[in-house]
Amino acid sequence: MMQLKKELFAPVKRDLDQERIVRPSLNYWQDAWRRLKKNKLAMTGLIILILLTLFAIFAPFISSYDYATQDYDVTNQKPSLEHLFGTDQFGRDLWVRIWWGTRISLFIGLAAAVIDLIVGVLYGGISGYLGGRVDNIMQRASEIVYSIPFLLVTILLIMYLEPGISTIIIAYSITGWVPMARLVRGQVLQMKEQEYVLAARTLGAKPLRIILKHLIPNALGIIVVQITFVVPNAIFVEAFLSFIGLGIKPPLASLGSLVSDGAQTMRFYPHQMLLPTAVFSLILLSFNLLGDGLRDALDPKMRK
Amino acid sequence: MSEKKQPTKILDVKDLKVSFKTYAGEIQAVRGVSFDLYKGEVLAIVGESGCGKSVTAQTIMRLVPSPPSFIKEGSITFDNKSDITKLSERAMEKIRGSEMGMIFQDPMTSLNPTMTIGKQIAEGLIKHQGLNKEQAAERSVEMLRLVGISNPEGRIKQYPHELSGGMRQRIMIAIALACSPKLLIADEPTTALDVTIQAQIIELMQKLQEKTETAIILITHDLGVVADMAQRVVVMYAGKIVEEGSVDDIFYNPKHPYTWGLLKSVPRLDLEHKSDLVPIPGTPPDLFAPPKGCAFAARCPYAMDICLQQDPDKFEVTNQHKAACWLLHPDAPAVEPPVGKGGKVHA
Amino acid sequence: MPDNILEVRGLKKHFDLGKGALKAVDGLNFEIRRGETLGLVGESGCGKSTVGKTLIRLYEPTEGEIVFNGKSVSKMNAKEQREFTRNMQMVFQDPYASLNPRMTVGDIIAEGIDIHGLYKGKKRKERVLQLLADVGLNPEHAGRFPHEFSGGQRQRIGIARALAIEPQFIIADEPISALDVSVQAQVINLFQNLQKQHGLTYLFIAHDLAMVKHISDRIGVMYLGKLVELTTSEELYANPLHPYTQSLLSAIPIPDPDVERTRERIILEGEVPSPLNPPSGCPFRTRCPHAMQVCAETMPPMKEIKPGHITACHLY
Repeated sequence: MMQLKKELFAPVKRDLDQERIVRPSLNYWQDAWRRLKKNKLAMTGLIILILLTLFAIFAPFISSYDYATQDYDVTNQKPSLEHLFGTDQFGRDLWVRIWWGTRISLFIGLAAAVIDLIVGVLYGGISGYLGGRVDNIMQRASEIVYSIPFLLVTILLIMYLEPGISTIIIAYSITGWVPMARLVRGQVLQMKEQEYVLAARTLGAKPLRIILKHLIPNALGIIVVQITFVVPNAIFVEAFLSFIGLGIKPPLASLGSLVSDGAQTMRFYPHQMLLPTAVFSLILLSFNLLGDGLRDALDPKMRK
Repeated sequence: MSEKKQPTKILDVKDLKVSFKTYAGEIQAVRGVSFDLYKGEVLAIVGESGCGKSVTAQTIMRLVPSPPSFIKEGSITFDNKSDITKLSERAMEKIRGSEMGMIFQDPMTSLNPTMTIGKQIAEGLIKHQGLNKEQAAERSVEMLRLVGISNPEGRIKQYPHELSGGMRQRIMIAIALACSPKLLIADEPTTALDVTIQAQIIELMQKLQEKTETAIILITHDLGVVADMAQRVVVMYAGKIVEEGSVDDIFYNPKHPYTWGLLKSVPRLDLEHKSDLVPIPGTPPDLFAPPKGCAFAARCPYAMDICLQQDPDKFEVTNQHKAACWLLHPDAPAVEPPVGKGGKVHA
Repeated sequence: MPDNILEVRGLKKHFDLGKGALKAVDGLNFEIRRGETLGLVGESGCGKSTVGKTLIRLYEPTEGEIVFNGKSVSKMNAKEQREFTRNMQMVFQDPYASLNPRMTVGDIIAEGIDIHGLYKGKKRKERVLQLLADVGLNPEHAGRFPHEFSGGQRQRIGIARALAIEPQFIIADEPISALDVSVQAQVINLFQNLQKQHGLTYLFIAHDLAMVKHISDRIGVMYLGKLVELTTSEELYANPLHPYTQSLLSAIPIPDPDVERTRERIILEGEVPSPLNPPSGCPFRTRCPHAMQVCAETMPPMKEIKPGHITACHLY
């Protein structure tokens, strides 16, 4: 047996803190942010999105050109110091037009997110929380809405309204919120049986308090993730509509209409199509990378 | 009891260390565990959640997903043959289900919901014992009868969801024992069951064990089940074995303060007077950053300076009864154990 | 104030499942005396948790009367109802699901204080710290989130939340079944100390008969939605009358190898029948070793066999 000093066998006089917590304190969002920061792809997506947004907001202001003025002296120019992205067949500056298009794409995405947050979250939340007959009726109603093809709604709307941003947004508001409503309803149905909600009820909490303090904060993570997938989807739909001529009206440009215009002259001036396509792809890619990263960061099942 | 003649060693675990890699760093779930198991023996591994008992058992079956887990050190010799920690996944598949069987806590998640009971029992028989379909079906019926399921010919055509929890656990036992394994690992086999069903399952396992002489590792936190089934007991705390011995050693002559704590904190149904329960204060350490000395020191009422500085060795009480506690060092002050013969509380 | 804090008369709770009613609780009569602990035991699906949730009005009873402090709950006006809510609280089973993961421990404990507007500002903070100390947690824990705590610590937070509005009566629904053995004792001792300090009355629902016997003054045994036996905990263990209670007691393994080696067991055949389609007459007759003709025909009434020992069995 090894030699040990006798003093070591004195009982410790102590007040060892048995309830000590060794890990640092982090709340849900801090923890998620910490995890997101470690995800290089998601952070790349986030930084690209911030840069693109800044360009979309400020680039058209700083440039001396605007998106509409035609200049037949400089049609179809290659990228140069004067025109960073060159010009199109009407001599309009593509740099400005592309950032204008980005602005419109991002605006459509933002609008879709707002509609989802207001209509989708409320509809799903109410349907799930009230349950029973109300839930049944609300679910059937949303299924009917969702069964109308989006393209049909858009084409019908364009017959009555002008093609443009507002028409696309209206078309989206009619059907686009249903997946979010379903997601939130599912979450709420599950959460309202959780013991912490029951505990709040036994303490005498009213429904409004339960929704604001318990249900919404706990569904927020999943809502944020859903939003990051809704936004690129809406951007894609707008681009698609503009590409087939149902979207933005010239001289206003969106990324979709720019790609469409560029496609016509692709064989002679490939940059007219490639540049808007690149920006467009970058937006979608960044949103998807960020969305995947957020899902990993916010998913409670990944927490330890 | 088990220590007669020349018992065959089924399993020899030496200095096993298993860790999990997580975002925050390494969690040392098992921190140097050694024990052995002989033919026909029931060894209970007792401890609280997170003490590493399930990870140890699953590592023997090589069922812990890697990554995030990895075996840092140690060896597991099964049946005097190869070291399990070094076997390929393909070699393990041959052993699993034929030479080693496992029963889990939740029979619903461990049965395949899309396959009939009969197919699930026959699967292993066809794969490992080369039986044809008819032979396997016949043997499945036999197995079901063995685990006490009435009308086995009808039952083999049913799906898991059509059966109750107790019934499913019987099926799990039938699957685990179908190929007559040398080793059965039962991870909390009765925890999810009601007491009257638990009694049925314990009785069944005891009967089958007598018949087949399969060695069993029983993982549980229920000391009642341990007293009922086991011959030898290993007590784990924070990824290490703190005490091991025969059931009588552990229940009547325990040496480690953690074992004392476990025995004192459960109420006894059969004792007349209501003595106060003596809980172990505090919570187990976070294995993300295990303490320097003895992991139990922070909760131990007898802790000494050395306990905070150095992890204790295993001290031998008898050749089969060992405890890792500095109180057993000759220089340590004598402590009157608060529990002893009869499991009655002296306090 | 009446001696009985709670009286339950003919309580029924049926769930409509479309294909038929699930009779989770089917005609319960009992009373709880002020200051006592009544244990309610039974196996999963026997309806014991439904009893607790119906008493605290998380479920609307299908039939029957609940009398709290001498007043029928269904006849209370809004003010009395608020008073009732404050006086009856619940501690839940799952320490991981019963605390809102997005709220700090301080806010969780203060939820009842906020809802009833009991304290504000500095007073509220003091009260939260006091409650934390009462359940043996550090004051600095108030700013942390539930996921940072162990199961036992969380359960103590749940107890502090229930205590915050100073109830007279607490329903504990399997409060220790998700905890480790050594931690169970901490929580049980806490329950007992709080009872002494605040003169609380408990309904303690659990399936661990040893623990229920330890904490309860009287115990009720349930089987398939019905109460089959009710008496003091010593009497229940020493002289169980109902065959179900007898087999339940003998099924529990005792942590003592010598006792286990010599003990004779009554091992019940089969499993609990589905509450959707319960047997006629006595619900236990399909597994009862003493079943007679009459058991299939009528449900035996609750009878007082000895003073303070009630059972529902045709044998007596």
